[in-house]
Amino acid sequence: MPRYAFTLWRIAVFIAALVPLVYWSSQVAINAAGPEPGRYLLLNIGQGILWMLLLTLSLTPLTKLTRWKGFTLIRRQLGLWTLTYAVAHLLCYSVFILGLDLSRLGSEIVRRPYIIVGMLALTGLIAMGVTSNKWSMRKLGKRWKTLHKVVYLVLGLGLLHFLWVVRADMEQWSLYAAVGAFLMILRIPPIARQLPKARQQIKRPRRAKA
Amino acid sequence: MLIKIAKPGDLRESNVTPESIYLSRRRFMGGVVGLTAGAGLALAGRAQAAAADYQDVPAGNPPGWFKPKLDNAEWNSVVPADRDLDKLAPFDDATHYNNFYEFGTGKGDPARNAASLKTQPWSVVIDGEVNNGGRFDLEDIAKPSRLQERIYRLRCVEAWSMVIPWLGIPLGDVIQRAEPTSKAKYVRFETLVAPDQMPGQDSSFALIDWPYTEGLRMDEAMHPLAILGLGMYGRELPNQNGAPFRLIVPWKYGFKSIKSIVRISLVEEQPVNSWQAIAPDEYGFYANVNPGVDHPRWSQATERRLPNSLFNPNIIDTRMFNGYAEEVSSLYQGMDLRKHF
Repeated sequence: MPRYAFTLWRIAVFIAALVPLVYWSSQVAINAAGPEPGRYLLLNIGQGILWMLLLTLSLTPLTKLTRWKGFTLIRRQLGLWTLTYAVAHLLCYSVFILGLDLSRLGSEIVRRPYIIVGMLALTGLIAMGVTSNKWSMRKLGKRWKTLHKVVYLVLGLGLLHFLWVVRADMEQWSLYAAVGAFLMILRIPPIARQLPKARQQIKRPRRAKA
Repeated sequence: MLIKIAKPGDLRESNVTPESIYLSRRRFMGGVVGLTAGAGLALAGRAQAAAADYQDVPAGNPPGWFKPKLDNAEWNSVVPADRDLDKLAPFDDATHYNNFYEFGTGKGDPARNAASLKTQPWSVVIDGEVNNGGRFDLEDIAKPSRLQERIYRLRCVEAWSMVIPWLGIPLGDVIQRAEPTSKAKYVRFETLVAPDQMPGQDSSFALIDWPYTEGLRMDEAMHPLAILGLGMYGRELPNQNGAPFRLIVPWKYGFKSIKSIVRISLVEEQPVNSWQAIAPDEYGFYANVNPGVDHPRWSQATERRLPNSLFNPNIIDTRMFNGYAEEVSSLYQGMDLRKHF
């Protein structure tokens, strides 16, 4: 693939990640988001974080499976989108639910376990976000990889945060948790080693056809 | 040995008005005097043409018996003291922002899915500690009582609220006609179970053990503010709002106001309501609106009055008993409301 094609691919991913935010905002703008638009944004963006996180975590297995360079190229971008969604989620909570009463934000963070867990996950995302540049990679050396393993912890904390919010029907949560668990299983070394082999097995029959 | 055989004209035990009700009525009358002095509500006997108020509300498809009841309704029977502060929620918001998990857990799910609910015919079983129990057509339950319009604040446990104009009949009337015995200490309510009409009940991930169940103490149920709702906004109840027959207890969190009721049982033991069964640390039996007792996951000190907007979240202070303290606080005298949340 020529170089400009990869640039286009990255731009396309950027636009695709922006689309949900634009869509939800437009729903609010045309009064189609119900009587509590702030909460509508809060909850949708909250689910958006999980989407972005799960997509980010699917890139490594996909690369192993396909060896396509494109997946690696968008990993940092999707990671930063996850952070962006998470920051937007916190902003929605602070502005629309707490009415920008920051003293209340302080007391809520201390008192509510699900908010503590959410803030911890956000802290992890921020730590990865600010070190997602070449300078930090050079500076941190080996520790950079260790630091970015925090993403697994963030997934666990994010799912826990969501679990404590849903109370009556677990269907949606179970779906996210199942996808998350699947992506984690693909990282268990013996299974992870099978992925490139699986690629060859997919390729072989094609060759036979040709 | 003396065997007492009651003559048909004799009074039965169930005819005796329980002391708690007798006292609660006196308290209420006392409260009314306080009200007219200007505090919580304005009780107005005047009948007012409501048609003009609800011009934009789409007409429903009520059963034949509902129309004459509507024509004879007592409009504005109970209204908020400050109608600028407690403005009616638009009909569209009140019908598209609902918690009715039988139709899904999203706020928009009930409006989307509730069309499948069959509300005609509808019958209700009244049983337990009563002398006059049985299965009754909804029409017969509603018949003896005049429809009253009650404009109440509805405070959801999720810290949002709306002001809704209900149409209903006093719950106390219905209970009295069932002739409760002296053993009747609590009232237990059940929602319809019909997974073919209620997709939420079909979900294998649902944590609620259907039927949705609620309960009130006898004196709470007999309180004049507690009503059984048949309509809102000058028409019958839309399906997503608990058609055709629901409870409305304005001083308690919204989840107490159980929807689409098919069974009312007078019982001796305190019932376990559905939310208490799922999460007893978060939801109690009483569930009185109380700004001083937080939900473990959020503060109950304030509420978002809906509809709101991004620029104005419309956060207001939550009032004790949702602003009905004057009428109901005597029911809970001497109780630790921190413990009995």
